[in-house]
Amino acid sequence: MTAISGWGRYPINDTEMIHPRTVDAARRATVQANPGIARGNGRAYGDAAVGVRQTIEMAHLNRMRAFDPRTGQLTVEAGLLLTDLIATFLPRGFFPYVVPGTSFITVGGAIAADVHGKNHHCQGGFGQYVENILLVLPTGETIGASREEHPDLFRATIGGMGLTGTILEATIRLRPIETGWIRQRTFVADDLDTTIGALECGDSATYSVAWIDCLARGARLGRSLIFLGEHAALHHLGERHVANRFPLRKPSMSMPVDAPSFVLNRWTAAAFNELYFRAGARKAASSTLVPTHPYFFPLDALGNWNRMYGRRGFVEHQSVLPIKNAQTTLAEMLDRIAKRGESAFLAVLKKLGAGSGSLSFPMPGYTLALDFPIERGLFSVLDELDELVVAAGGRLYLAKDARQSRATFEAGYSDLSFFSEVRRTVDPAGKLKSRLAERLLI
Amino acid sequence: MAAAEKAVLILGGTSDIGRATALAFAQSQWTVRLAGRSLADLQREADDISVRTGRQVTAHPFDVLDTDSFTVFVNALPDLPDVVISVVGLLGEQPRAETDLDHAKEILRTNYEGPALILRVFAEQFLGRGYGSIVGVSSVAGDRGRGSNYFYGSAKAGFSAFLSGLRNRLAINSSIQVMTVKPGFVRTKMAEHRKLPPLITATPAEVGEAILGGLNRRRDVIYVRSIWFFVMLIIRLMPERIFKRLKL
Repeated sequence: MTAISGWGRYPINDTEMIHPRTVDAARRATVQANPGIARGNGRAYGDAAVGVRQTIEMAHLNRMRAFDPRTGQLTVEAGLLLTDLIATFLPRGFFPYVVPGTSFITVGGAIAADVHGKNHHCQGGFGQYVENILLVLPTGETIGASREEHPDLFRATIGGMGLTGTILEATIRLRPIETGWIRQRTFVADDLDTTIGALECGDSATYSVAWIDCLARGARLGRSLIFLGEHAALHHLGERHVANRFPLRKPSMSMPVDAPSFVLNRWTAAAFNELYFRAGARKAASSTLVPTHPYFFPLDALGNWNRMYGRRGFVEHQSVLPIKNAQTTLAEMLDRIAKRGESAFLAVLKKLGAGSGSLSFPMPGYTLALDFPIERGLFSVLDELDELVVAAGGRLYLAKDARQSRATFEAGYSDLSFFSEVRRTVDPAGKLKSRLAERLLI
Repeated sequence: MAAAEKAVLILGGTSDIGRATALAFAQSQWTVRLAGRSLADLQREADDISVRTGRQVTAHPFDVLDTDSFTVFVNALPDLPDVVISVVGLLGEQPRAETDLDHAKEILRTNYEGPALILRVFAEQFLGRGYGSIVGVSSVAGDRGRGSNYFYGSAKAGFSAFLSGLRNRLAINSSIQVMTVKPGFVRTKMAEHRKLPPLITATPAEVGEAILGGLNRRRDVIYVRSIWFFVMLIIRLMPERIFKRLKL
């Protein structure tokens, strides 16, 4: 038995780790699970990729199988890391349609969580660009699912947290890009109304996200930096950039040890927020060219950054609120946090469009992500936030979750009965179960 | 000849070292042919390398223990490759080999008999054509027999001796290169459960690069991490009276 956790290092559970090296071995592990779940690169924050008994680590299944440069269609095994995919295809002028905030996730994990990026409001989630999924069911049957073939299973698997079978391979579509640079524009928004207004206007931008100073209160509540981005075409590049048309990832540094728990507290968080805000504000309204990796994956440059939060770990509270209730509920949530003085180190606001899977997190509305180091009293504050989310008709992101209640989950995911129906068909014996699924009775 | 027209054949193409070597050659614009026991496993690696590099990679079934099939195997290849590399190997289980004759035989045949005999076929064909390179991945374990792995070690010693003999024979008036590769510890699935000292443990990718670099510099014998040369020098120089008492 091995004690493992998600990226947030909370909760920690004992599990038997299985390391299949071939598709056949992964099939056997799935059949023998009692119960267990597949795990990609362990970047889900909570307990989504920790099996109740076995955890099937898919890292070795990282081969690419086919690529068609005319259509951008790429078939890969589920354990392939996005960073590997990008390193291979960026220099050839291709990029995934959707990338989340880290490239250290697997393609299988990206499908299972139907991850979203800064372009969700206009281009949808990762699942939208999945053409075909090869799954092995706990019965041992291998099934190809797509929008045409087994469409119900396909819709349940996108965002299905690995509970509809182990994803072995997938065919996804890549987008052609002219360069590996992003044209970034930064704006300052002085309060929440302006922030939401700016994101609404930002609808026309391919990538948009707001970084919120969540320690600002009163009239400045919800002040933020708005980042908009577009893929740069060749003619946008200066001479210096043309010479480096597809800039590659720089080697990263790594957090060698856990930071002592006092490093991140309300005062250091406040100082960081203030400094970050000022630095961003200086660049405001200007347009800069940024390489792909630091633009999409700023935190990938610091390996094991989760250790910043110290030994006790951290949780991320990521919720989405339907558009009509978003503004008032967001104000209420930010106000609660600011009042409690909880040290949310990172707060990000982003507009989302509709999700494509039955358990997909996105819905048309606004998503707020808040990182908190685990401290006494934190969970009761988060429970209060959950109540606000539920009252507004919103829900929490399963890939980030470590602690929500069944009631919160049930209230948020309206397609749950469809998902459960598919799950009963493909896994009648309940052989696939993560700690998350056990906790939320999925 | 431009690298784009050159072909390399890798025997043991589904091993970690075989895969890394194939990738290194494909990235340098070589056509790659992978040979090994399972066609499905070979095709998986061939697809992967082909997608990653855009090079042609083909798969060819090959069983190193089926020595009678060797001539047929070589004749069935699309062409006689410019370079042939054997990364075939089986560490086996020493204690089991001590009591189980079949297992002992399997280790000896997989590490010595098979690789030597298949490279022998290529040596003669290369001679007939007038050029070619032969690379054998042997092991530091063959430099001196040790109690913990002497079935494996002795077979590798035989393979190393075969390669040095072949090199000696071909060194005079022929343009055929024979290179012996001794990787030392490598982080592979063969060593998955062993704790290896990082300083003297190479990655499979390092082995692949070392083979490509060694061929370009026309080396005879390479230790992938050069520290192994000195480690093995000391081990070889140790008097047997002392050596035999060490727990190695």
